[in-house]
Amino acid sequence: MSDPATSEMRFRDPARAKALGARLAELVAAAGRPISVMHVCGSHEQAIARYGLRAAFPRGLDVTMGPGCPVCVTDLPEIDEAVALARAGVRVATYGDMLKVPGTAMSLADAQAEGARIDVVYSVAQAVELARATRDPIVFFASGFETTAVATAAVLVSDPPPNFTVLSAHKYIPPVMEIVAEMPGAKVEGFLAAGHAATITGSAIFDAFAAQHRRPVVVAGFEPLDVLAGLVALVELVVAGEARAVNCYPRCVTAEGNKVAQALLWRVFQPIGGRWRGIAHVPSGNLRLRDEFAHVDARRRFDIDVASLWQMAPPALVEHCVCGDIMAGIAAPRDCSLFGRACTPDTPVGACMVSSEGTCRIWHQYGGVPDLVQLGARPDAARAP
Amino acid sequence: MCLGVPGRVLSIDGMIAVVDFWGVKKQVRLDVIDEPVVPGDYLLNHVGYAIRRIPPEDIAETLAMYDELLGEVRGGGDDLMAADVRGELAGAGKADV
Amino acid sequence: MSVRERITLKQGAGGRAMRALIGEVFVEGLAAPVAPGDVGLADLDDGAAVRIGDRWLVATTDAHVVHPRFFPGGDIGRLAVAGTVNDLAMMGVTDAVMLTLAVVIEEGFPRADLERVAASIRATCAEAGVRIMTGDTKVMGKGEVDGLVLTTTGVGLTDRVVTDRGLVAGDRILVTGTMGDHGLAVLAARGNLALDVELVSDVAPLNGLVRVALDAGGDAITAMKDPTRGGLASALHEMADKAGVAVMLDEAAVPIRPDVRAVGELLGIDPLHVANEGKVVMGVRADRAEAVLAAVRAHPLGRDAALIGTVVAEPPGRVVVDTGFGRRLLVEPEGEPLPRIC
Repeated sequence: MSDPATSEMRFRDPARAKALGARLAELVAAAGRPISVMHVCGSHEQAIARYGLRAAFPRGLDVTMGPGCPVCVTDLPEIDEAVALARAGVRVATYGDMLKVPGTAMSLADAQAEGARIDVVYSVAQAVELARATRDPIVFFASGFETTAVATAAVLVSDPPPNFTVLSAHKYIPPVMEIVAEMPGAKVEGFLAAGHAATITGSAIFDAFAAQHRRPVVVAGFEPLDVLAGLVALVELVVAGEARAVNCYPRCVTAEGNKVAQALLWRVFQPIGGRWRGIAHVPSGNLRLRDEFAHVDARRRFDIDVASLWQMAPPALVEHCVCGDIMAGIAAPRDCSLFGRACTPDTPVGACMVSSEGTCRIWHQYGGVPDLVQLGARPDAARAP
Repeated sequence: MCLGVPGRVLSIDGMIAVVDFWGVKKQVRLDVIDEPVVPGDYLLNHVGYAIRRIPPEDIAETLAMYDELLGEVRGGGDDLMAADVRGELAGAGKADV
Repeated sequence: MSVRERITLKQGAGGRAMRALIGEVFVEGLAAPVAPGDVGLADLDDGAAVRIGDRWLVATTDAHVVHPRFFPGGDIGRLAVAGTVNDLAMMGVTDAVMLTLAVVIEEGFPRADLERVAASIRATCAEAGVRIMTGDTKVMGKGEVDGLVLTTTGVGLTDRVVTDRGLVAGDRILVTGTMGDHGLAVLAARGNLALDVELVSDVAPLNGLVRVALDAGGDAITAMKDPTRGGLASALHEMADKAGVAVMLDEAAVPIRPDVRAVGELLGIDPLHVANEGKVVMGVRADRAEAVLAAVRAHPLGRDAALIGTVVAEPPGRVVVDTGFGRRLLVEPEGEPLPRIC
């Protein structure tokens, strides 16, 4: 175990994965009924998709994608603010994920096509370097959950240059789980919680949640074995009727979390309610800069004119969007009046169409969820002898 | 929904560590880590910030926990398959040392 | 002017959006019908082919811009020669190739850089055994063009045209080397990712390699494409789509350099989604697959070649990846790959 590659690769061991898959199938078969669980993490969906795990899940186990993508749930007015700033000639730096997310009238990529200056950065620290290298104001359009917000906070407490400000679209996950758990008719029997967000918050915050909503929570990581083992643990809890939180990602998550990061996070940000695109108003779901940081808050430093954008925009369709129900496992894309008509990958209305792994996007691209297990060719036929 | 990548610390200069990710070196900031870090440690990196020191013993512990989840497979035809796979694992485990 | 009325970068990134733009704006009205067996604009292949006597005249053209202009493993000059030589090679033209070169330069461009690019063009032409027969040079005002744009056109003759639509169920899929090298090398060379790694672009003229493959495989090579923009994912989708077949890809068999894989993991970019400039993906009839593989591997540019998949009948136009854990549909990239945080 001399290098990280070797150690991480052990979590990509197909033999162990096969065994965990068999265990999962056995548990679901023994339950004798369909079981529906939800993950609330885009990275879980990425891992499931990337490794083709969905095709390996047993029939009878429904793993729904919850509101776990901070980019997808960034609300239209938040994108509009960044677009309005960029169109007003302010240089906007942001993570690559945000570039193509459409606002009411356009995305940042569209604004860039019109001549706005957008810098894609890998780290908020890079945005600060940009600010140091110029006199122009640099607005960092900050997206991401608490994990990412911590990095933004770290920058803001270490004396960024005066031309650097932050437009926060940061989100906080725990409150939205409450919303989804209590959606009327929700079939979700347990949650797979996001491992890296829990690295910050700790797994203990899910104890009260599990008890209150009478559903088990399992914190899981992102390698194939992490996801499969997390699901085995979660289904075991569901079948046993045990509504408690279990940490299946101890190498990165502790019960109390990262205290330094939490202190930074809450020193800089405060939770406030806000709309999550296509889902609901989430009380305490958004992270806004505290008054103490007003001087680096782009919302308070600039007069952001989003109204002009709204005049160019088509009428709002958001109220017809059923993404919330789709994520809650109540509805399918075909139940949505916008799906494939007003809402397409190029003109997404709700979160499920924004993300490349979103349920609606996948249905739109592939005409439903194809059954890859039943395909004609044997997988080993493709292998070179 | 946060891309986190583990890497091994090569050197440290103040708040910045040089970390090896599968052979690629990258600077990672240590502002938000909650324990002391020394060269040789593993870090979980997210957007250029280390958010967690990964104790090496925890990696083995996690794998052991996953194997435990397999532990109680009983009955049915699938059992043979699972036992078979566990046999493979035992073999692979030896090679792994 | 609304957003829809402006061209975006996504429409130039080699994916579905680009094919739609070309289809709507250019093919519509420009594409003349071609004789049976010929290849025209509407085929959206790597080039055009017109029968002359018992041979085909093949032509292709390509405009080149790249940032940075000089990157590990190559530069815009090498790219401009290799890109066009490779497009011809993908159609089966490997010898007696003629090129033209059009150069558009921005006022203020350093003469030393231009000379360096010209030297690189000469060297790459020599390597490929091709000649620049004619050219054109324009200088534009400051800001009217971004630095340097090179456009190369290539023509050549061949006895047999290979298209990108010839895949047949049962064929094996062969790639001539590691995937993702060029795209991630250029991304890393832009220098704003704070990565301490030097990835090397694979940009190279492939006519010699293709000649070796065609000599070994002949008619058994059913389709060829160079997986440039959009990478292997785009190339396979286009090939599967045009042939009305599906491709089953064995992920473990796809060669990827460890440093390319590492940078991909760090940035959240799939090496199968980024450009190659020195690789071929081809369909080979199963009975000749091993022979072609051996021939390709014996060539210096094909040492890492591998058989990575099989063509199947269903579902048409899809690329299915066997990950070793399960199966998934390969997603076709949309737009330039960008570093992700999630």
